[in-house]
Amino acid sequence: MSIDTSKVATSNSSAAIAKKPGRAGAVAEWADDRLGLATAMKKNLRKVFPDHWSFMLGEIALWSFVVLLLSGVFLTLWFNPSMGEVQYNGSYDALRGIHMSEAYASSLKLSFDVRGGLLMRQMHHWAAMIFIASMMIHLLRVYFTGAHRKPRELNWVIGCLLLLLGTLEGFTGYSLPDDLLSGTGIRAADGFMKSMPVVGSYMSFFLFGGEFPGESIIPRLYTVHVLLIPGLLLALIAAHMLLLVYHKHTQWAGPGRTEENVVGFPMLPVYAAKAGGFFFIVFGVIALMGGLLTLNPVWLYGPYDPSKVTAGSQPDWYMGWPDGALRIMPGLETHLFGHTLSWNVFLPIIVLPGLMFTILLLLPFVESWITGDKRDHHLLQRPRNAPTRTATMVALMTFYGLMWAAGGNDIIAILLDLSINQITYFMRVAVFVGPVIAFIITRRWCISLQRKDEEVLLHGYETGVIMRSPEGGYSERHLPVSESRAYTLTARDRDPDVTAPESTVDANGLEDPSSGRLSGLRQRLRTLMYADNVQPPTRQELEAAHHHADHDADHHADHHADHELESRDRDALPGGH
Amino acid sequence: MRFLNRSVGRLSRHRRGPVAGLVLLLLGLLVSGGLYAGLAPASADETRTDAELIAEGRELFLVSCAFCHGQNGEGLETLNGNILGPSLVGVGAAAVDFQVGTGRMPMAQPGAQAPTKPEELDEDETEAVAAFVASLGPGPAVPSPEDYSLDGLDDEEREQAIVRGGQIFLTNCTACHNFNGKGGAMPRGGAAPDLSNTTPEHIYEAMLTGPGQMDSFSNGNLSPEEKRDVIAYLMNLREQPNYGGFTLGGLGPVSEGLFAWLGGIGALVAFAVWIAAHTTRSSKKKGETA
Amino acid sequence: MTDSHDTLPVPADRPIDDPGLPEHAWRPTDVDPAAEKRAERQVAGLFGLSMVCAVLFVVAYFSLDIGDNHTTFLGMGASTLALGAALGGTLLFFGIGIIQWARKLMGDHEIIEMRHPARSSDEDRAATLEALNLGLEESGIGRRKLVLFGIGGAGFFMLAPAVVLLRDLGPTPNQVAESGVEGAGLERTIWTKGMRVVRDVVGTPIRPADVEIGDLFNAEPAAIFEVDEEGHPLIEGVELQVAKSKGAVVLIRMDPEDNNPGPGRENWDVDGILCYSKICTHVGCPISLNERKTHHLLCPCHQSTFDLADAAKVVFGPAARPLPQLPLAVDEEGYLVAQSDFTEPVGPSYWERDSQADTSKIPGEGDSA
Repeated sequence: MSIDTSKVATSNSSAAIAKKPGRAGAVAEWADDRLGLATAMKKNLRKVFPDHWSFMLGEIALWSFVVLLLSGVFLTLWFNPSMGEVQYNGSYDALRGIHMSEAYASSLKLSFDVRGGLLMRQMHHWAAMIFIASMMIHLLRVYFTGAHRKPRELNWVIGCLLLLLGTLEGFTGYSLPDDLLSGTGIRAADGFMKSMPVVGSYMSFFLFGGEFPGESIIPRLYTVHVLLIPGLLLALIAAHMLLLVYHKHTQWAGPGRTEENVVGFPMLPVYAAKAGGFFFIVFGVIALMGGLLTLNPVWLYGPYDPSKVTAGSQPDWYMGWPDGALRIMPGLETHLFGHTLSWNVFLPIIVLPGLMFTILLLLPFVESWITGDKRDHHLLQRPRNAPTRTATMVALMTFYGLMWAAGGNDIIAILLDLSINQITYFMRVAVFVGPVIAFIITRRWCISLQRKDEEVLLHGYETGVIMRSPEGGYSERHLPVSESRAYTLTARDRDPDVTAPESTVDANGLEDPSSGRLSGLRQRLRTLMYADNVQPPTRQELEAAHHHADHDADHHADHHADHELESRDRDALPGGH
Repeated sequence: MRFLNRSVGRLSRHRRGPVAGLVLLLLGLLVSGGLYAGLAPASADETRTDAELIAEGRELFLVSCAFCHGQNGEGLETLNGNILGPSLVGVGAAAVDFQVGTGRMPMAQPGAQAPTKPEELDEDETEAVAAFVASLGPGPAVPSPEDYSLDGLDDEEREQAIVRGGQIFLTNCTACHNFNGKGGAMPRGGAAPDLSNTTPEHIYEAMLTGPGQMDSFSNGNLSPEEKRDVIAYLMNLREQPNYGGFTLGGLGPVSEGLFAWLGGIGALVAFAVWIAAHTTRSSKKKGETA
Repeated sequence: MTDSHDTLPVPADRPIDDPGLPEHAWRPTDVDPAAEKRAERQVAGLFGLSMVCAVLFVVAYFSLDIGDNHTTFLGMGASTLALGAALGGTLLFFGIGIIQWARKLMGDHEIIEMRHPARSSDEDRAATLEALNLGLEESGIGRRKLVLFGIGGAGFFMLAPAVVLLRDLGPTPNQVAESGVEGAGLERTIWTKGMRVVRDVVGTPIRPADVEIGDLFNAEPAAIFEVDEEGHPLIEGVELQVAKSKGAVVLIRMDPEDNNPGPGRENWDVDGILCYSKICTHVGCPISLNERKTHHLLCPCHQSTFDLADAAKVVFGPAARPLPQLPLAVDEEGYLVAQSDFTEPVGPSYWERDSQADTSKIPGEGDSA
C-alpha cells in the first residue's frame, strides 16, 4: 500500500540533472550565465502545490486582477477624466446636444464609437465585481479551514488589506464615468464625510476642491484609481504570493500528508499548466459576461445632474452592506452648542466599516490569544472540527448578509411584493438577533457532525443493508470504514482539556491560560472554544469498538456479504481527497 | 430574416413595424370615440348616441363601480371615516380610461394600491363608463393619438423631442419609475409600476390624472408637448437595442451584483472544481499489455 | 516564544498509524496508447477551436457596425455580443485545452516536498541578533539619548511638509462662504428674495394657477437659466452644478386644509402651494418620490420619508431633520417667487451646522421691522 516517500522525493530532484541539456536547457544556461537564476529556480521549478478546488479561489482573484489591469489600460486610451463641460455630439441619439462632463462624454464614446469599447467597459466592471467577490470567498475558505493560524497570520493581514484596497478601488472606479448613478454615489460620499465630527466639512472641501461637486473630484479619483491603489495592490499581491511560496501551501490531512510535508503536483509542468489554464478560463468567463450581460448602462442614466435621481440608486454589491446599515439606522442627531453630530450617518458608514475591518484583521490574533496555541499549523482543519471558530465566521457572515439585504430593501420590496418599511423594521432587530442564532445553530451543527464522524469511526458506516434477526427485529448493517478514511478522520489534534486547568505547559505544548491579566475572560473564552467539542477516539476506544463490532458480525453471520461490502468500501473511499 | 438588422441606431432612420401602424389605427378608432364621448357633456346639443352611451355607461357603472364610488360617483366613506372609493366628479374620461383600461378598476378588493390585471370591461364598455363619469363633471378627456405621436415632425425635430423627453423623464419620472422605466418601491408596500408595456395612451393619461398615489403632471406642470416628448423617449427606450447584451432586469446594481455572484463566481468555482477533480483511473498498470 | 524551539509540532499521538500515500493509479491515457492519442487529438482540437474564435473576433470587429449604424442581433448590440462571445470562446477553449493537457497527458505523479519551519535556524538567529546588537551598539543609539530624541523629533517634523503640501487641495468652508460668489458656502444657496421658481429642464416660470392640487413640480431657481444678450448662460460649469446641488426644489399643491405649517411658517405657502428643498437631509440625494394622497416624500437612496403636509418632518427612515422649506410669494407679474433664501442650510448635516437655530425667521424681515 505505502511507498517510500524519501525515494520519491530524491528521484524527483535527481532526474533533472542527469540529462544533457536540450534546446530549453541551452536557453536556460544562457540566462543563468547572466542572471544566476539556477540557485533560486532549482527548488522552485518543481515546487509542490497540493491540489484541491478550494485552493484555487484566491487564484480567481489574482487572475481577475490581471484582467482588470489589461482592460483598464485599454479604457484609459479613450477615457478623459475631466469635469469640463462639453456638448455631446456622438452616436447616441437620445443624449445628443446635452451638456455633460468630458468624463461622461468619453464614457459614451467608449460605449458607442469605439469598437470593442463597450465590451471592455463591461469586462472591466464585471472583473471588478468578481475580483472582490473572489477575495471574499478566498478569505472564507482560509478562515473556515484554519489556514490563518501560525505562521500565516501576516498573510491574513495582507489579504485583509487587499480586500479593503480592492473595495476602495471599486468605489473610485464606480465614480469615474460621471453618470447619474456614480454622481449620486459621490454625493452620498460627500454626505458621509461631512458627518465626521470637527474635520468633516473641511475634508469634503479639500477633496472636492471647494463645494460639492466642484471640478476636481473625477481627476483626483482617477489618479487614485489608476495609479495609487493599483500600485499598492500590486505590491501587496506580490508580498502575498511570496509569503505563500515561502510558507508552502497548506494541505488537507490524509494518508502520507503530514505537518512536515506537502504532497501535490510540481510547479512545472502540472501546476503551471493548471494555473495558467485557469487564467484563460477566468479571462474567458469575464469576456463572455462582458459581451452578453449589460452592466452599468451609463447611457440610460444620463449625465450626472445634482437635481436628478433614479429609483434603485445603489452602490455596487461590495458597498451594499454599509449602505444597508445606513438604511436601517434610526435618525439620530445630537444638536449641542451650535454643532451637529449626525450619528445616523457617522455610525453606520464611518464607524461600522472600520470596526468590522478591525475585527477581521484581528481574528487570527484573538484566536491564538484565546487558545494559547503558538505552534505552526500546515494541516487544514475541517470547519466542523473548530465549531466555535466556524460559528464565529458564520455569525459575521449573517450580519454581513442581513446588512446586504437591507441595502437592497427597495428591490426586495418590489420583487417580493413587500413593504420597505416592514423590511427595515425587521432588519433593525434581525442584524442583532440573526448572528446570535446563526452562531448557536452553526456551533451545534458542527458538533453534531463531529459526533457523526465519531460514530462512523467507532461503529462503522451505514451500508444500507437491512438485517433481520431470528427474533424478527430489523437492524441496519454497519461496517468499518477503510483504513485511509479512518486515518483521515482521526488525523487531527485533540483539543486541550479545558475542564481541568493544568500547570504551565500541557501535553500539547499549549501555554497555561490562567496566567495574564485577562485570565478570567480568557479562560471563559477558551471553555467556549473547546468545551463541547467531540475529540477523536483514542487507540483503545477504537480497538474496543472494533472488537465489539467483530463480535457483533460473528453473531449475525453472513461473512460473504461482509467481505464484498468491505472491498467496495475500500474502492469507493480512497481517502485523502 | 430580421435577425441581423442594420440601421436601428439612428433615430432618423427609425421606422415603425407594420404592426405598430395597425395598433395606432385601432387606438385611433377606439380613442376618437372615447374623446368624443368625453367632450360630449360640454356641447350644447347632445346627440342621441351620446345619451345612449352615457346611459349604457351608467348601467355598467351601477354594476361594476357604484359599490365603492356611490351610485352617482359621489364617493363613499366607511363607518370609521376611511374613504372606500373617492368621488369621481371631475376626474374626467382620461382617469376612467386609464383605471379601467389597465384593469386596475374595478378592484377585486379595497386596498392601498390597485394592481393591474386583465381588463374586466372591454373597450366599448370602458368608453361608455368613461362617457358616464365625464358627464358627472368636467375633467381631462381621453387624449387623442396626435397628442402623443411625433407624426408630422421632421427627423431633427423628432430627435430633439426625444432628447428633451429624456431630460424631463430623468427629472420627473425616474425617481419613482427608475432610469429604465422598470419601476421602484414606494412607502408602506406601495410600488411605482413598470412602464415597459404600458401603452402611450395610458402613460399620457397617468401623467394627466395622477392615478393612485402618483402625482399628477397637469398641463400647467408639463405641457402637452412635454408629455408627448416623455412618451417619445420611453418608446425610443423600447425600440433601441440593448447595446450591452441581456439587461438582467434593468434594476441597477442589485441585480448586477447577484449575477456577479451566481453567474460569475458560480461558473468560476465550477471550473475550479473540475480542474482539481481527479481524472478517471485505470485498473491496469503502465507496461501491462492491453 | 523561547520555550518553543521546535515550531514544527511533534506528530500528536494519533489513534491510527499513517498508512502512507496510496499506490499510484494510472490513467487510461497512461496505459492505453489509443486513449492517449484520443486525448492528444482532443487537446489539439480545443486549441483549434480557440483559433477559430480568434478569427471570428477579427471578422466580427470589421463586419459589425456600431455607432450611427448599429448592427443589432435579437434586439441587442451585435458588435459587443459577437466580440464578447468570440473573445470568450478564444480564451475559454485555450484555457480548457491547457487544463485538459495537464489532466490527461502531463505526468500526474504526486510528489512530496518536506516543510521547514518558517523561523530561521538557531545559529542564523543568533548570528543575526549579534549583528543587530553590534550595529545598534556601534551607532550608539542606546546611549546617546539626545540623538535619539533628535532623530525622532526630526522624523516627526518631516511629516509637516507632507501634510502642509496638501493644504491647497481646496479652500476651507469659510473661505468659500466669504468668496463673494452668490449663494456660496454651506449655509447659503443661490435663492434670493424675489427669485422666480421655474420648471426644471425647460426653465419657464410658474403661475399659481398652473399648479393643480396633486401636482408635483420639480423646480429650480430662475438664476440658473438666465442668459446674456447673446444667449450664453450666465451660470455654467461648476457654478451651475453647485447652484443646482443646493437650489433644487419640489413644488406641490395640497388642499390648504391638509397643510399643517410649522410655527412661524403660516405665510410661506401660496394657496396651498408649498416649496421644499429637494436635497435629502440625510446624505444629500435629490428626493422627489411623492405620494400624492399622503404627501409623503421618499428618498430613493436610503428611504427617509418626509411628510410635506407637516413641515416636511421625518416620518420614517434614517434622516434626522425635516427638509428645509422655501418661503413662497407671488411677484407683480403673478409668478411664484421665493421670499428669501432657505432659512437653514440645505442637505446633509455637518459639524459646524447650528441645528438649534430658529428656522422660521426670514432674513431681512427683522431688519425692516
